Amino acid sequence: MQTDHHIENNDNKTRIDFLLIADMVKPHARVLDIGCGDGQLLALLEVKCQADARGMELSQKGVNACVAKGLSVIQGDADVDLADYPDQSFDYVILSQTIQATRHPRRVVEHMLRIGKRAIVSFPNFGHWRIRLQLAFLGRMPVTENLSYAWYDTPNIHFCTIRDFANLVEDIDAHIVRAVALDRFGRRVGVNAPWWFWNLFGEQAVFVLERSKH
Amino acid sequence: MRIESEITDKTHLSVHFAEHEPLRLDSGLDLAPWTIAYQTYGTLNSDKSNAILICHALTGDQYVASVNPVTGREGWWPLMVGPNKPIDTSKYFVICANVLGGCMGTTGPASVDPRTRQPYGLGMPVVTIRDMVKAQARLIDHLGIDQLFSVIGGSMGGMQALQWAVSYPERVFSCIPIAAAAKHSSQNIAFHEVGRQAIMADPDWCHGRYYESNVQPIKGLSVARMAAHITYMSDEALQRKFGRKLQNRLAPTFSFDADFQIESYLRYQGSSFVERFDANSYLYVTRAMDYFDLAADFDHSLARAFQGTKTRFCLVSFSSDWLFPPSDSRAIVHALNAAGASVSYVEIETDKGHDAFLLDVPEQNITTMGFLNAAARARGLV
Repeated sequence: MQTDHHIENNDNKTRIDFLLIADMVKPHARVLDIGCGDGQLLALLEVKCQADARGMELSQKGVNACVAKGLSVIQGDADVDLADYPDQSFDYVILSQTIQATRHPRRVVEHMLRIGKRAIVSFPNFGHWRIRLQLAFLGRMPVTENLSYAWYDTPNIHFCTIRDFANLVEDIDAHIVRAVALDRFGRRVGVNAPWWFWNLFGEQAVFVLERSKH
Repeated sequence: MRIESEITDKTHLSVHFAEHEPLRLDSGLDLAPWTIAYQTYGTLNSDKSNAILICHALTGDQYVASVNPVTGREGWWPLMVGPNKPIDTSKYFVICANVLGGCMGTTGPASVDPRTRQPYGLGMPVVTIRDMVKAQARLIDHLGIDQLFSVIGGSMGGMQALQWAVSYPERVFSCIPIAAAAKHSSQNIAFHEVGRQAIMADPDWCHGRYYESNVQPIKGLSVARMAAHITYMSDEALQRKFGRKLQNRLAPTFSFDADFQIESYLRYQGSSFVERFDANSYLYVTRAMDYFDLAADFDHSLARAFQGTKTRFCLVSFSSDWLFPPSDSRAIVHALNAAGASVSYVEIETDKGHDAFLLDVPEQNITTMGFLNAAARARGLV
């Protein structure tokens, strides 16, 4: 879903969160990338992980770009079309930089955990200190180079902080397998740092989730 | 089995199957002897791996990319098929056959029944989409091709493409069903029934034996075509093209002349259609579409129909198509996903309705070309 809008990527290098996600995917896995944009992550997963990678994308432009590259991508909306996927049909279901543009983030993450053995969610952290500063001192909705939309025309309707997301994970009774925060230079925020530190200095986060085993 | 027509005449290719080579139909009846007429474009490579079968729609024919000898008009898919077109005849060997029950050389109700030496008329067994595909498979056997690189079709052609993938999964490397559906809906059947009743209500139909009387139910067939043609267009496109505009007049005539442009357009569509299409063929081919329900043999589970398929699928639908709406394509995509198949799907935004697949829709060309190029790489064709 319009991933190209959410986080602007000013260079042609592979996005740092994509590399991180590719590191988390086991070889030959079946992967569904929701909001796959022009298929950059899918292509990376096919090459790097020999994954059986499938995508879903809202924009026709994105789907066409993917199909032209030979990727298996269907035009669809995460809010609507995930319901039709059978249970446990993928090893990983990925939602990269897209959750903030969904209408029902909770429902989407629940579907991801139903469809896949694991869900990988990456998102921009609205708790980052720069965003907090803009709101606190300018008194205005934050606009940064990564989140460059004005409040009235942004596709991003459901921002959250790293803490908010961790709470959602708890609420839906899922289990965090792994979580990584990246600072504004794409470096990992201290692995042993406490949540509040991540929430302040992580500009984006990547969570790997699975259903809690009772 | 032999090539019926002179091989030098490239515009009338056909294969004839003799009395001892029957086609067993879904109805349980055997059709024999029978003929399938086809056209080819491009060159078959040495390992016969570059063949693409194009399946035509209800009123189409085998002249997909060459002049139709009956109408004198160019092929019906000029923007999609040809050298350097999305279905590139300089790379691929393209085959297109007239469907069973048709009227362009393949056995149909206007063909002569060898037992009576008269045209079959309604004596022709009713055929299904699967029968059409089975007939095409015999042609592909005849051409010595094991696996088709791709099977492509729009509308009823898309139904055949899907049937190919289900009936012969090992023989279909890739499949592009455009503006298609896995079954004919109640509404679709209803429209077809209106068309058939229009034909049968024409006194010149003579219970299907009009061939002997040297008449044709042209009124009935043209009404059938007019009604069907409305279903191929969107309300928006009709509004854009015709609106309430009057035909060569400044005011209504207070008569039942074709005052409105849309009336004149439909009458033209009807009258030009009867010159090239056999009324009984229209009955048979619409019936085949009505009977189509791909999941019926699989406990009505479409996903099961595709279980284990290795075929790469690319589905295309059009937002304003209300005859085979995007929801029909999405249902197929969901089933393919459930079956773990490789599937791509594009829903093209256009106001051109069901007929969009025949028209200039650049997104369709881009999608087809991109998908086929990638499939060709996977098949080792480039």
